Amino acid sequence: MQDASSTEAGTTMDTDSNFATSAGKQLGLYALYALFGLSVLIYVLSVAAGSSGGSVSGGAINIERNSITIVLTEEPPQLDSTRSTDAVSFIVLAHAMEGLIAYDDNDQLTPGVAERWEIRDDGATFWIREGAKWSDGQPVTAYDFEFAWRRVLDPATASEYSFILYPIKNAELVNRGDLPKEMIGVRALSDRVLEVEFERSTPYFDKLVAFNTYYPLREDFFESTNGRYGADADMLLSNGPYVVTEWIHGSSMLWKKNPYYWNDQKGFLDEIVTAYITHDVNAKLNLFKDGQIVETSLIAPMLPTAMEQRWQIDRFMDGSLFFLEFNHRENRITGNWNFRRALQLAQDPSELVYKVLKEASYLPAQSLFPVWIQGIKEAFRKEYPAPEHKIDVERAREHLELARQELGLEEFPPIILLSGDSPLSLLAGEYYQELYKQNLGLELRIDAQIFKQRLAKMTSGEFDIVMAGWGPDYFDALTFGDLFASWNLNNRGHYRSEEMDRLVSIGRSELDPEKRMDAFGDIQQLIHEDVVIIPMYERGISFVVDPRLKGFKRRSVGPDVDYSYAFIDTTED
Amino acid sequence: MWIYVLKRLLQGIVTVWFIATATFFAMHNVPGDPLLNDRAVSEAIRINLEAKYGLDQPIGTQYLIYLGNLVQGDFGISFTQENREVNDIIREHFPISAILGVLAVVFAAAGGILFGALTAIYRNRLPDYIIMLLVILGISVPSFVIAALSQLTLVTLNSAVGATILPVAGWGTILHMLVPALVLGLGTMAYLTRLMRSSMLEVVNSDFVRTAKAKGVPPARIFTKHQLRNAILPVITVLGPSIAAITTGGFVVELVFAIPGLGRYFVQAVQQLDYTVIMGTTVFYGAFLVFMVILVDLLYGFIDPRVKLEK
Amino acid sequence: MTDISSIDFTPLRGYREVQAIPRPSLSYWQDAWIRLKANKRALASLYIVMALAFFTLFGPTICTGIWCFDPALQDLDQVSKPPGTSRAALIVDDYQPWTGDRFVIDEGLRLGEPATTQAVRLQWNALPGANGHRVYRNIFPVGPELAYGIPLAEFFDNDTLFFEDRLDLRPGRYYYSVVPLGVRGELLQGYQMIEVEVLRVTTLREALERGLVEESADVKVGDQINLAWHPLGTDYLGRDMLARLMAGARVSLFIGVGAPFLFILFGVVFGSMAGFIGGRTDQLMMRFADFVVALPFLLFMILFKIAFGVGPGESGVFPMLVALVVLMWPATARLVRGQILQIREQGYISASQLLGAKTNYLILRHMIPNTLGVVLVTITFAIPNAIFIEAFLSFIGMGVAPPTPSWGSMSNEGIKTMLTTPHELIFPSLFISITVLALNLLGDGLRDALDAKMRNTE
Repeated sequence: MQDASSTEAGTTMDTDSNFATSAGKQLGLYALYALFGLSVLIYVLSVAAGSSGGSVSGGAINIERNSITIVLTEEPPQLDSTRSTDAVSFIVLAHAMEGLIAYDDNDQLTPGVAERWEIRDDGATFWIREGAKWSDGQPVTAYDFEFAWRRVLDPATASEYSFILYPIKNAELVNRGDLPKEMIGVRALSDRVLEVEFERSTPYFDKLVAFNTYYPLREDFFESTNGRYGADADMLLSNGPYVVTEWIHGSSMLWKKNPYYWNDQKGFLDEIVTAYITHDVNAKLNLFKDGQIVETSLIAPMLPTAMEQRWQIDRFMDGSLFFLEFNHRENRITGNWNFRRALQLAQDPSELVYKVLKEASYLPAQSLFPVWIQGIKEAFRKEYPAPEHKIDVERAREHLELARQELGLEEFPPIILLSGDSPLSLLAGEYYQELYKQNLGLELRIDAQIFKQRLAKMTSGEFDIVMAGWGPDYFDALTFGDLFASWNLNNRGHYRSEEMDRLVSIGRSELDPEKRMDAFGDIQQLIHEDVVIIPMYERGISFVVDPRLKGFKRRSVGPDVDYSYAFIDTTED
Repeated sequence: MWIYVLKRLLQGIVTVWFIATATFFAMHNVPGDPLLNDRAVSEAIRINLEAKYGLDQPIGTQYLIYLGNLVQGDFGISFTQENREVNDIIREHFPISAILGVLAVVFAAAGGILFGALTAIYRNRLPDYIIMLLVILGISVPSFVIAALSQLTLVTLNSAVGATILPVAGWGTILHMLVPALVLGLGTMAYLTRLMRSSMLEVVNSDFVRTAKAKGVPPARIFTKHQLRNAILPVITVLGPSIAAITTGGFVVELVFAIPGLGRYFVQAVQQLDYTVIMGTTVFYGAFLVFMVILVDLLYGFIDPRVKLEK
Repeated sequence: MTDISSIDFTPLRGYREVQAIPRPSLSYWQDAWIRLKANKRALASLYIVMALAFFTLFGPTICTGIWCFDPALQDLDQVSKPPGTSRAALIVDDYQPWTGDRFVIDEGLRLGEPATTQAVRLQWNALPGANGHRVYRNIFPVGPELAYGIPLAEFFDNDTLFFEDRLDLRPGRYYYSVVPLGVRGELLQGYQMIEVEVLRVTTLREALERGLVEESADVKVGDQINLAWHPLGTDYLGRDMLARLMAGARVSLFIGVGAPFLFILFGVVFGSMAGFIGGRTDQLMMRFADFVVALPFLLFMILFKIAFGVGPGESGVFPMLVALVVLMWPATARLVRGQILQIREQGYISASQLLGAKTNYLILRHMIPNTLGVVLVTITFAIPNAIFIEAFLSFIGMGVAPPTPSWGSMSNEGIKTMLTTPHELIFPSLFISITVLALNLLGDGLRDALDAKMRNTE
């Protein structure tokens, strides 16, 4: 008896192999028709595709055109320096614009549009250089800075980085709408002199001024864009080494050397092509392997490939710190010091970094202040060593028991660990979940949320612990130091301490560098003793660059990626 | 017939209106705040931001304003891509997704029909087993893997030959479209293969085929006129919505191959709670889908004369 | 002329049994069952399905001396370990931080002490012209192209001439290099390289904690023991793959098979009603289907999660099931409706109606079995789809919460290391394939068995 499954067609088809053959032939014929039709279709579509804009790339390095091709991880929402908040905009604007002060290729502050300046107790003065010009040939004047800064602080602009201009007199009040724009403590005394008045003494003002939000903006150009400033390539005026000449949204950008840029020690490449926009690390790696882009970052699983390909792997600290932030509000278990101390003693960041995250460029964190922060004369962490920490599970359990008694609990309820949706944060979350279960018998629940919802929960305090991170805005210890002052809106855990507030005030306005740094040293100690946070790791990035490109910089502060000093080395062996 | 088309179009408009309304209210009830960002802002700035995006009005008012704009064809300005109108976003990116999608569907349909018919003809023989095995393996692996592996293959190919045969990523020429469209269409191709095979096998047993054979109709003609034509109907049913789904679901492929399509706006808009883009893309997709369904239904009656679309 | 005689005209004997029926009359369902059982492939897949059920239900109860079920335990000494590789380890003292003292007096780049997976301790003397040093680690020796490998640490002065590496140390061979740095931190010529063999080690405390040795056993520093056995290797957090596959089976099979069955059931009912009734009802129902399809999936998933009150970090499997069913039935409905539109014009339907069949009977007995082919195909594809959607949604907090695994999320995790440790991707994908294949073959067999046209063909 035949197998039932082959009986149906079997009787008519298998026995009639003639049928199969001729059906097969017919199918073959159709396949040929289909192929032909497909080719026609593809041709038609490609014409349509070509007209809808595409990437124009000459490969990673094009020696004749003196151009390179790079990839951006996201499309910048807009290129208005007075309103940008994201890393990609910062990168583009760092090449297209220049502030009063800039960073040189040694990460030191160097004169930008301002050829010299003076910082005093009550204010600062900047002298604009003569050669500074916009990309349409007009000179850059002090009025351009006055206009830009007023626009940042104008409440109607709703600039999210306006806080970085608050050291300027009346800035905060104007930004709140309590005073008119003209009352801001910045005035252009002439085309070449800019005068700034401080709200309180700000010794680190020169470091602030290099930041994106302080870039200049020319009033007549701005008015001519009719509310669309920064929305397209022709809606932007540049005073930096490069001009954005083409911007096909979502697809590509073209930066060309700014012929009017004053500094011949910057901007050696004629053209920088952004031919691809994607944040998929694998896609970027493949593009690099294929010789289409000049640089890419590597994550841990890619390192063996990189070593196999004999690439030169480099790394840099991207400046940010990641930590477990506690909810210090009244009704929370994490508001109890003993509880936090238990959690602190039961963990060791080096196990997280070395065994779990496995990123070669990450550094286990020991303090609120990352290693690259400058102190009085040397690295801050050298002058003020981080507090000692050693994992001690027995003592942790003792503190946990004390906490339990103080809180009057029979046993601990589940603790909510709020996390982002990135793979690394989920990985760290799972690690902590198991760690605290093993060491302390606590049940941690991971609350994975997408970005906006995580922020909403942080702001409203719906969490016990959150895995948070902070990136620096300027090259001074205060960018981390003031995080947990009670007036800081970013202090979403609501940590309140008079001592902290006192120390931050010193850090903000103390003129004596030693006293200032001492205050930061004390803050470092306080963070550890009061267990305000548990530092996890300082983030770094491993990356590879095409060996023919030299002078490429990646920074901890300022633009993440900097090609303004880059040039193609044609002397190849 | 034309009255039928008109009726369907009217129904389509009503459907799209329902979609817009449901999405609008769903969107505003999802927790999270589109205006929150890493750097916290003061009250004053927040109030200004809300006013700028019209979020300070009561929800009913917002809805009516939105509807009013919608009727005029204005989808508003994106929250995250500031200064870009949603209309522009759709206008600039949809054609790319559409081209990719159409090509993917054509690959899927051609491949699906051909392979499906092949497995039906050579049932329980080697080609059948191989194709079925590939199909099952293919769908059991995340789509991301197929995309990443195919890109890796391109890189290896290019380096083996020493020149760029096919671009590894990007958009602009014929060569940029081929591999991404193939990868995008693979899932649907697998599905159509299976579907085609199943319906071919059913048709093979039907009376009219047996009659035709008894009559002595040449096998080739039986195959084309009777079997293929009848078996293709389920495939057509699936094809219409497939186009819409592929065009908007190409997120993974667009990401891996750095193609500036509309797909990623769908996903990112929800993640960033970009209200206007969510609404704009949903309404646009809804209209597109409705249109495709109407087209498919009309095609149905055309292919199978026995099917009466109305009673 | 033929011979004909009167014998040829003898009347035939009558047989009463002529009217007997040689075998019992089979109903449609009985016939289908017989044919299904005879289908070898379908039977095989039935066995596979039963094996999967056993794996899912009884696997987690297994706890013997050699292997115990625990999907959450992180064996951080054996992270991402492929199956079948060696697990021998040496017992050493607990880890103590190294301050670089106790210098071994020697020249050049050297080991401070034997290299183990706990730490590799390097020392060197200041290189000529150096203003600092950078330490690299490679898995290949450094050649003329000077690809030193992964940069591990930089020192910008000559005070620190030692380094302890603890990053993801695997047993095997590493090549460490020290490169001199210039005044501005740039790399100079004149590196030194050393080849290092790393031994797998563990501490006595960890061995006791993990139950690798008995309390009473006389194990001390310097002895060799075997680390925990993981038959299918471990994942990126050192968790046993087999245990996670078993635990994941529950979720993945429940949602991956349950959700498709449910939404296809609903789709079939909905579609056949629409197709059969036709007219305005049909239009209304189909527009409703279009409406559901066009809704933004992610958005409504988030809404469902909230509507069901799934707390933070809790597993919301049932809400996920409901959400999937509610959002995914339209495709099937449309497909089935299309089939019904065709079928209802067939001759046997009219014949049946003439015989007085009611609508229910027509739909259940005639139409639906004939749409089975299409429906079964849809189920085959819906299963892996559902599994991967569940994995995708876990990142917004839907579906299972960590540490509960699911095959889909395991596959997604495996993608990241697909080129270096493919077993993390291969195993979950394999299980998904097997499930799909088994149900596919079973479905095929069912379809063939229920196909009325194949009756009586033996």
